[in-house]
Amino acid sequence: MGFENSLVTAFLLISALAASVFSGVPGLFMRGDLQRGQNFATALNIAGAVAGLLAVAGIFTTGTPIRIEFSWPMPFGPPVLIADPLSAVFLIPIFLISPLGAIYGEEYWPQIAHPENGRMLRFFYGLLTASVALIFLAGHWVLFLFGWEIMAIAAYFLVTTEDHDSEVRNAGWIYLVSTHTGTLAVLALVTALYHVTGTFAMTSLGPGIASSHTGTALILLAIVGFGFKAGIMPFHIWLPPAHSSAPSHVSAIMSGVLIKTGIYGLVRFFSLVPDPPLSWGGFLLALGLISGILGVAFALGQHDLKRLLAYHSIENIGIIVIGLGLGMAGRALDQPAWIALGFGGALLHVVNHALFKSLLFYGAGAVIHATGTREMDRLGGLLKLMPKTALAFLTGAVAICGLPPLNGFVSEWLIFVGLFDSVVSPWFWGAFAAPGLALIGALALACFVKAFGAVFLGTARSREASAAHEPGPWIRTPFLALGVICLVIGIAPFLVAPLLDQAVACVHPSADVLPALASLSVFPMISCFALALLILCAAFAWLFVPSRPTIPATVTWDCGYAAPTSRMQYTSSSFADGLVKLSRFALRPEEHRSRIEYFFERTASFSSHVPDFVLDLIILPSFHGAARIAAWSRWFQQGRVQIYLLYIAVTLIVLMAFV
Amino acid sequence: MNQALDLLLVFVLLMNFLMLGSSWLRVMIRIAAFQGVLLAFMPLFIHHDGSGRVAALALGTAAVKGALIPSLLLRAMRDASIRRETNPYIGFVPSLALGALGTTAAVLFARLLPLSPEHTGTLLVPASLATFLTGFILLTTRRKAVMQVVGYLILENGIFIFGLLLLDAMPFFIEIGVLLDLFVAIFIMGIVLNHIKREFSSFDTEHLADLRE
Amino acid sequence: MNILIEILVLIFLPPLLPGLINRTKALIAGRKGPPVLQLYYDLAKLQRKKMVLSSTTSWIFFAGPVVTVAACFLAALFVPQGNLPAPVSFTGDVILFAYLLGLARFFTAAAALDTGSAFEGMGAAREVTFACLAEPALFFGLLVMARLSGELSLSPMLANPWSFGWSPGAAAALALVAAGWFVVLLVENCRVPFDDPNTHLELTMIHEVMVLDHSGPALGLILYGASLKFFVLGALLLRLLVPFSSGNAIGDIMIFLGSMTALAILTGIVESMMARLRLVAVPKILVAVTLVSAFALVLLVR
Repeated sequence: MGFENSLVTAFLLISALAASVFSGVPGLFMRGDLQRGQNFATALNIAGAVAGLLAVAGIFTTGTPIRIEFSWPMPFGPPVLIADPLSAVFLIPIFLISPLGAIYGEEYWPQIAHPENGRMLRFFYGLLTASVALIFLAGHWVLFLFGWEIMAIAAYFLVTTEDHDSEVRNAGWIYLVSTHTGTLAVLALVTALYHVTGTFAMTSLGPGIASSHTGTALILLAIVGFGFKAGIMPFHIWLPPAHSSAPSHVSAIMSGVLIKTGIYGLVRFFSLVPDPPLSWGGFLLALGLISGILGVAFALGQHDLKRLLAYHSIENIGIIVIGLGLGMAGRALDQPAWIALGFGGALLHVVNHALFKSLLFYGAGAVIHATGTREMDRLGGLLKLMPKTALAFLTGAVAICGLPPLNGFVSEWLIFVGLFDSVVSPWFWGAFAAPGLALIGALALACFVKAFGAVFLGTARSREASAAHEPGPWIRTPFLALGVICLVIGIAPFLVAPLLDQAVACVHPSADVLPALASLSVFPMISCFALALLILCAAFAWLFVPSRPTIPATVTWDCGYAAPTSRMQYTSSSFADGLVKLSRFALRPEEHRSRIEYFFERTASFSSHVPDFVLDLIILPSFHGAARIAAWSRWFQQGRVQIYLLYIAVTLIVLMAFV
Repeated sequence: MNQALDLLLVFVLLMNFLMLGSSWLRVMIRIAAFQGVLLAFMPLFIHHDGSGRVAALALGTAAVKGALIPSLLLRAMRDASIRRETNPYIGFVPSLALGALGTTAAVLFARLLPLSPEHTGTLLVPASLATFLTGFILLTTRRKAVMQVVGYLILENGIFIFGLLLLDAMPFFIEIGVLLDLFVAIFIMGIVLNHIKREFSSFDTEHLADLRE
Repeated sequence: MNILIEILVLIFLPPLLPGLINRTKALIAGRKGPPVLQLYYDLAKLQRKKMVLSSTTSWIFFAGPVVTVAACFLAALFVPQGNLPAPVSFTGDVILFAYLLGLARFFTAAAALDTGSAFEGMGAAREVTFACLAEPALFFGLLVMARLSGELSLSPMLANPWSFGWSPGAAAALALVAAGWFVVLLVENCRVPFDDPNTHLELTMIHEVMVLDHSGPALGLILYGASLKFFVLGALLLRLLVPFSSGNAIGDIMIFLGSMTALAILTGIVESMMARLRLVAVPKILVAVTLVSAFALVLLVR
């Protein structure tokens, strides 16, 4: 029974990978002005995802790792796929978001409207899906790197879909450079692991290695390498430009799933370390806090809707890393509750973030589709024109702020309880992260009130915004699917708890001592309160809110001003101004205003902008400096053949002298 | 006895925070005076023999720290007609955060020090380090020269607290020496202040930068 | 039985508190002041009134008051009323408590933005800004209580705050937390010196300006929700300030009602004694309060 079960699962997994890889291929050979190729790709994508989700269900029911070994001769050993519950947790988002993105793309990026790049987009979209899944399934490090590199390249082409725009090309370059810097560190990590363990297989390190200097080198390489992909704070530079430049369903899969490969790499690496030192946990906690707080602070300063969402990815990665840090501290100090709560919360947040962030990107995409602008200060009042989009965005916003009754609350709650638990123990450092997490939550709330308010509430600030329209069924289907899942996890967290327990057991080698999250008696209480909240809201609405047509309508009572215009509204920038000014020592906001010299100046302008301090204030200047120094070497390029011959002669003499 | 001392030290630490967050000169001088008085009476909690000498010295210190120096400073403030620090090099909120960070670090650092057993549990060392640090922050981040004198005063308070540790080992020589230091410092500062005032008709140390070559 | 009493108190007591505050302020100012039960009359009147609605608004405008009252009510179920334990209590309910209040804030601010008025936008921005700074202070206080009691649930955490053995660190920490929570109470409920609940047309206020456009039953819900929020945070603070118990439930509830009255009067006195702070000073004070609360935790765990 078990064997057959795993055989079916293995078959499903391989067909899921194959269907994803090939989903975009037939379209390449079809006519560019027909929709058929895209429909075919979407169908294949959905088929692959269904197979993948069934396989995930199979993995969870079997409970034991499923090993698929191909007897192909390959340079570093035959490819091995291993599917255990940890992989399965990460596979859920890719097989959920990828088909929904494909469905979304039917309307958002139809082949007919984009004959020049639609085919390329879908080819690399399928390739990205398959390569991400391959990373989660890879059974040895070389295969992992293989998937890692394919994913990097596929994502590069997806980011640069609109390569006629120089801003997009720029974003692509930044992404390419940073992803390869990260890959370099991962490569070094894999090589170092090979030196330590003697194999490329994902085998666990010997005892005592983690606390040695080798261990320190390994964790630093892992954090740099995987951190570049995940977008942990100093390594996040590629994320905002890439996420805002890519088409929205690509941003969704990148923010929801692709950056989680970094988290997966970290977690998988941690699972191979039998005895992590305490310092790792503390380091991760600090790193997570920095990422979380600065990520959301930068998000507050943005006025581009998709850049704002991108910075929130950095924040949520921070929350996940806080969870990992707590779990690692728990492993070092032998605190089973911290392990279960920290890793459980982090893994659930991985899934949750994929859900609500995709929902938000889809919502943002629908807005961009309808209005043609990403500038929040040019939008406004869209709730009346796009009520379903607004509801979807609101759902995502409430979820990402970690507010009940949606799913974000559950994962943040798990991490919070773990942090609170550490205050009563001798190692109380985890507790200091709890107010930090609360600060992150409050800042995220401020930021999403701002985003939702500026885009959907009030009145339209531009002609484009007042001409917006509700998207069609292809875009609304993903809204509905993701919104419902967010609500279900929020109301019934006990459904996912057993899955988390299985996954957490993969991280900690001596897993039988772990308390089961599924046995937490608190989940039913959370369900009760979530339901009670919904029922109470409905009851109050029924009791106190009269039906709208009976109410006389007037203009907004603008403190007596009789003719308020849309230009008098609070903009997103002014909404965030207080918090941005408070954190200006980190954000360094720039303001440009024209000088006002006369009493009745005809034109005046004001603009503010929050640059990314790592990219714009550290990396780019230092690169420019390097370029200046490198420019000096151009002196050697004299352009005369005689001088080049002289160089050759000098080189030869030097070589002969030294070698 | 030590518990009461700890409570006093908590107050001292809170005053540090107040000092870092305040921009009003008068408030700061008052707080510094109050802190000085609190410190002056601390030896009474440590020295158990109850002789009059300790009490007399406490009263003397209280008079100097709580009345003499503050009144001098208040007069200087009036003469110079400065009422508040308006534009410090590091803002009030960041310097508060810095102070809190420093206090936390001091508490943790004190746990690592090999102290004699009767001092391990108390707040003496952390409070001393934190107060020292507070004075240092004030000294380095404020522009007004009078503010810097206050910072110096707080710095000295930190050293005084540290001196309490040695109270049993060495009598009040150290303390008297420090007080003397302080007097000299204030004396010099007073002269410097006067000179700055005469030269630039303001107390802003910013102007000193004009003197460089 | 106790739970029933508590829920009844929870439903019917809150509107009394603003009345008490206003009466105290009036007496101190030498006026007679409105009756103590004024808010009950107001609520009854508003319920019968018709609404006037800006054409800019959408359903979010109603979601503000509705969600606020629902969330505050549920959050109130976690708070012990004096010596009586809270109606509901489970591990980690502190976080649900804080985040329910967060949900209320989200929808209040969103409803304010829904009117498209600059004034209301300003109020919403200030509300969320100050909440960001008050939230860590609240959490540091909760951590102190968790450390002292070894409990992760709000009601047991606050069951006996002063019985954990007297040490200067613990006492100072508790005193600092109490002071911090009092500031949080004043900020979150928009009282002087952080906000002025009386003025409606000043550019300097926060909460009142957010609800300018609400009228009729919706305004009633907002007023009730605001008093409920004061009740919730006040009950939290009172556990630190009034750790007495009388031994029986009736006595306990009497002590609680008495101390709640005293807290309202104290708030009224503070409002009468202090002027509203300049707006730029508010973040400064909130950061200081957060840092001092953090210091309380450091004192405790050291």
